Amino acid sequence: MQIELQQIHKSFGNHHVLKGIDLRVDAGTIHGLVGENGAGKSTLMKILTGYLSRSAGRILLDGEEVNTADPATAAALGIGMLYQEPQDFPPLTVLENFIVGRDSHPDNHRGRQQQRLSELSEQVHFQLHGSDSVERLTVGERQQLEFLRLLGRDARLMILDEPTTGISDRQKARLFAALRQIREQGRTILLVSHKLEEIAALCDRVTILRHGLVSGEEDAPFHIPRLLELMFDQPPGSRAQPQQCPSGKLLLALDQVSTAGERTGLNGCSCRIHQGELVGLAGLSGSGQGLFLRLAAALQQPQTGAVSFRGISLSGRDHRSVRRLGGTFLPANRLEEGLIPGFTLTDHFTLAHGCSRSEAREAATQAIARFNIRATPESRVESLSGGNQQRLLLSLIPTSASLVLLENPTRGLDVASAEWVWHYLREQFCSQGALIFSSAELEEILAVANRILVFFDGRVVRDLPIDQVDYQDVVAAMTGG
Amino acid sequence: MNDLSLTILLASVLATAAPLIIAALGETLTEKVGVINLSLDGSLLLAAMVGFVAAYESGSFLLGFAAAAAIGAMVAALVGLFGIYLGQLQVAVGFALTLMCKDLAYFLGNPYARLQGPQLLSVKIPLLADIPLFGPMLFQQPLVVYLSLLLIPAIWWYLYRTGRGLELRAVGENPEAAYTRGIDPRRKQLLYTLAGGALVGIAGAAYSLGIKPGWGRPQGIEGIGWIALAIVIFGGWHPFKVALGALLFAFLQVIGISLQGIWPSVPAQVFQVAPFPLMILALLLVNLLQRESLQQGLRKRPGLALLLRRLQGAPPRALGQSFKPD
Repeated sequence: MQIELQQIHKSFGNHHVLKGIDLRVDAGTIHGLVGENGAGKSTLMKILTGYLSRSAGRILLDGEEVNTADPATAAALGIGMLYQEPQDFPPLTVLENFIVGRDSHPDNHRGRQQQRLSELSEQVHFQLHGSDSVERLTVGERQQLEFLRLLGRDARLMILDEPTTGISDRQKARLFAALRQIREQGRTILLVSHKLEEIAALCDRVTILRHGLVSGEEDAPFHIPRLLELMFDQPPGSRAQPQQCPSGKLLLALDQVSTAGERTGLNGCSCRIHQGELVGLAGLSGSGQGLFLRLAAALQQPQTGAVSFRGISLSGRDHRSVRRLGGTFLPANRLEEGLIPGFTLTDHFTLAHGCSRSEAREAATQAIARFNIRATPESRVESLSGGNQQRLLLSLIPTSASLVLLENPTRGLDVASAEWVWHYLREQFCSQGALIFSSAELEEILAVANRILVFFDGRVVRDLPIDQVDYQDVVAAMTGG
Repeated sequence: MNDLSLTILLASVLATAAPLIIAALGETLTEKVGVINLSLDGSLLLAAMVGFVAAYESGSFLLGFAAAAAIGAMVAALVGLFGIYLGQLQVAVGFALTLMCKDLAYFLGNPYARLQGPQLLSVKIPLLADIPLFGPMLFQQPLVVYLSLLLIPAIWWYLYRTGRGLELRAVGENPEAAYTRGIDPRRKQLLYTLAGGALVGIAGAAYSLGIKPGWGRPQGIEGIGWIALAIVIFGGWHPFKVALGALLFAFLQVIGISLQGIWPSVPAQVFQVAPFPLMILALLLVNLLQRESLQQGLRKRPGLALLLRRLQGAPPRALGQSFKPD
């Protein structure tokens, strides 16, 4: 189906996010939508699915004006969306999540749905089991499930907001093949991504948004520097070379640690991390990296083995003790674990620093300027875009922290934002402490870390300084080689 | 204790538990969809009064129960209107309604106090009632007892085996996600709040027309609404476990009455009040037993550990939160 958006405007309060967007997507094409964090991509897509209302503008499907007043109407028109933050029901099972809201016949037969789920998983080579609880899946796996659900629905327009986040290269290849396959069926795909290589590989046409306006449209084949020019006010420079931080005293020690959780648990993990190290945790999503970070943050207790931080055993201690000792943890699920929805920036600074409101407002104002957060001290955190939420989280880390644990810190961030994040983290924390981060992108780890731990199936299978890394070997190790 | 008195004891546990089961299952339905109807203690009383009056005036049990169900649903509609659609705190709305309904029940019901009204008689199910021991206990009861026992699997089936039940639970877990999938969370919430309220209403009439027949002040069911609310939590929002909690409370009440005869020197109030703190203790015990440290200690006894895990239940994630689309 052909989609045409005309002069779409959207304001949140007096914050004008979309300032008149015109967009035409032809039937049977993959259309890319790129732009810096906060450019308005997600907002525009949520308007198309009826999740958000529009302040002004018209939506035409196959030349006919429609009113996508709510998601039910949009779904009936054949519009489906994979949201950036998984919109699912964690305590329910995979199969139940697959079924909910599927179509107008809620009393679908479970057996047939299970069969449909298996067929679809088979088709794109995902490994999801109908009886598993979604609670135990990683963010990446939850997005896979959402994708399968969209596939299973008869959506003529599929909107995917950063769909490749947290899935492996192999799964990504399968996903792209599936996307091309459904394009051949005449379905229309709108792909929102900040990964220009993916856009270039998949899309027939791309629209670039900047500060709530369309800044350009390009047809395949794409010239990536040209896209960057349209996305950013100035093209971002090449990534800085990693600095070798001097190694110092022992900070974190894991000794034969095993625990359950995620998909694989963590088995017999031993590791020592010293001051000055910047450690990247590589591996397919849910191979034990998340557990490693949560053990170090004392958010999870080991079943066997011991974890100590600055020589103090974390056995029986909670996350507060770790914070008192100078540790800090940034989860991947920003709004669920990192920030408090409904609270303003000032509220967050009040909580983090335990200071008065006027001091907190001052701190928030400073952070907004220093971290380039697009918000006011009185903005509620859920109204911020993903990139701005991450910058806010970074600004909340005490500057004296000696151990910074980050879960997919640049997830959903564009190139410039990600680079800014790494520059800040290195400058601020690397000399005084250690940084440990997980990332779904091996390139990122190779570019910024000075040591890499490769996880496979709940075990650390490689532990190397970054200058001794053989790319092919690490890729093989991640998949069990 | 001989066979006969054991039968009587168990039969009266089932009868005492019946309205409590119905009310707690109603609240389970409401809370599973993410709404807290805190007005139970008041709406039970109001429904008991309305049910009694309607049956007294019309001579029809059916009308009595229908009126009670309607009044229960009406109170729930207020929770729905203010709590779901106007975004008020559900707990505050429910609390205000509790107090209002209670006063309203005694004020409006005053002319009917201490009147001899209709009372549901036991219905003997042929053949089955003749089974020794269990027959009289299970199959010679007022209709509401059968209703309460049938409701347990029925609600379970609806929640866990039907598509609509799945949607109900989905809304209670994450109304926003349900909304993105084309479900109207507020409509679902209102629907099941009304249904839950109607069941609470039926429970009220089950008291005034059957289990504690008649109307007066005090009615003798004050505090039951709070117990029903606690039982929903105790039962981990699961119909079978909720019913188990209701039966336990009824057992404590009945055994209290029996013990009163055995120890006449203990003040009667002790036996009347005892089930309430005992219930709280039971709640506490279940929660303590679920502590992770204890679970690890129990690893050598997997059977017991499994039983304890089965007793566990997490509240619906969106319980008490109002959803507002853009």
